[in-house]
Amino acid sequence: MAAAISAFENGARDILLLERDQYLGGILNQCIHTGFGINYFKEVLTGPEYADRFIKKIKAIPEIEISLKSFVVKLTKNNVITYLKPGSLEEVKAKAIIMATGARERTREMVHIAGTRPSGIFSAGLAQKLINIEGLLPGKEVVIIGSGDIGLIMARRFVLEGAKVKGVIEIERRTRGLARNVVQCIEDFDIPFYLSHKVSKIHGKDRVEAVEVVRVNEGLNEVPDSKFKIECDTVLISVGLIPENELIEMAGVELDRKTNSPVSGELNKTSIPGLFVCGNAFKIYDIVDSVSKDSSLAGRRAVEHIAGQA
Amino acid sequence: MTKNLICIECPVSCILSVDIENCRVVKVKGNKCPKGEEYAKAEMENPVRILTSTVLSKGLSLKMVPVRTDKPIPKAKIQDAMNEIRKIRTEKSVHPGDIIIENFLGFGVNLVATREVSK
Repeated sequence: MAAAISAFENGARDILLLERDQYLGGILNQCIHTGFGINYFKEVLTGPEYADRFIKKIKAIPEIEISLKSFVVKLTKNNVITYLKPGSLEEVKAKAIIMATGARERTREMVHIAGTRPSGIFSAGLAQKLINIEGLLPGKEVVIIGSGDIGLIMARRFVLEGAKVKGVIEIERRTRGLARNVVQCIEDFDIPFYLSHKVSKIHGKDRVEAVEVVRVNEGLNEVPDSKFKIECDTVLISVGLIPENELIEMAGVELDRKTNSPVSGELNKTSIPGLFVCGNAFKIYDIVDSVSKDSSLAGRRAVEHIAGQA
Repeated sequence: MTKNLICIECPVSCILSVDIENCRVVKVKGNKCPKGEEYAKAEMENPVRILTSTVLSKGLSLKMVPVRTDKPIPKAKIQDAMNEIRKIRTEKSVHPGDIIIENFLGFGVNLVATREVSK
């Protein structure tokens, strides 16, 4: 939305915004906690409130056509987009395209945790969606692997909803999340926080029954005789995000294999002229205020590209 | 007595050094903005938090309506507040900022919706 609004403000007059969900706002809608907007709006907002500021602004601009429930299935290097929307398959050619496809959560498989594959293992963001959007509590006794911000925020959310969070396990010596989240989500609720520890195994047949935790040394190797077990019925994985760039890869954009970001000399640019990427799809951000700021630049760059082609 | 705190007012997370005499904050150091001083005082004398949660809806387009207290409430009362939030059912369409419960639990704060939810 920030990129589309900026494209309009910089002179573009025919803008199409494709959103696969039935609402605008993306992941902000499930981030019901506060902490957004301090830099951008100079106010403390929740995720839905932050999104709402942009939704109101974008709906007041008739030159921006908003197409909801629109799922992009194909993108070519000539900037032709194919998308599905209820009842039809559409194809559009654009003079410039800005991808704001966000990120996915890294999974259990990416951090190599041994053990069985019972039910009760969720990514932190999925648990967030289940609680905040669907109104479902995924478990009663929770262990959180990794201390990313979403994991910390969810630790608090589970406690507020009456579950017991039996530990947050972080392999590094420091938290991956913001210090403020350790204070207000972990310390406020006396949740055990194990730094320099990792989950070495998940136990359980049909449902998670326990995790095995072990201390690690500076080289991240297991310390002998430091193993202990925590009984739980739910495991959340919060071990970072990875940019979602499947579509631009399809179009032939060169991606950095390690970070999954587009290889680029400049913010928001890709190896294909006229194809831009903003937000978490370009690089993983800590705060949404910076995403909005940088995405505005993407909007401007797209307009500049079109002007250069004319 | 000097106590170290991490300020939670913004993502900068300043490390505050707080001088306390007779349970009162007399000096705050380490803050990069005035919010840090206010936070340290509140945290030592009467810790407060903004509470965010969700309220179950009835007959609306979304099952859960996200809510917040429009001002912070005492930290010690958060579980009481959650117990109350769990009892609420809301049937009216709301915009962000619309009041769900006025003077929530007598704290002098309102429980407000944070997302537009229609019928």
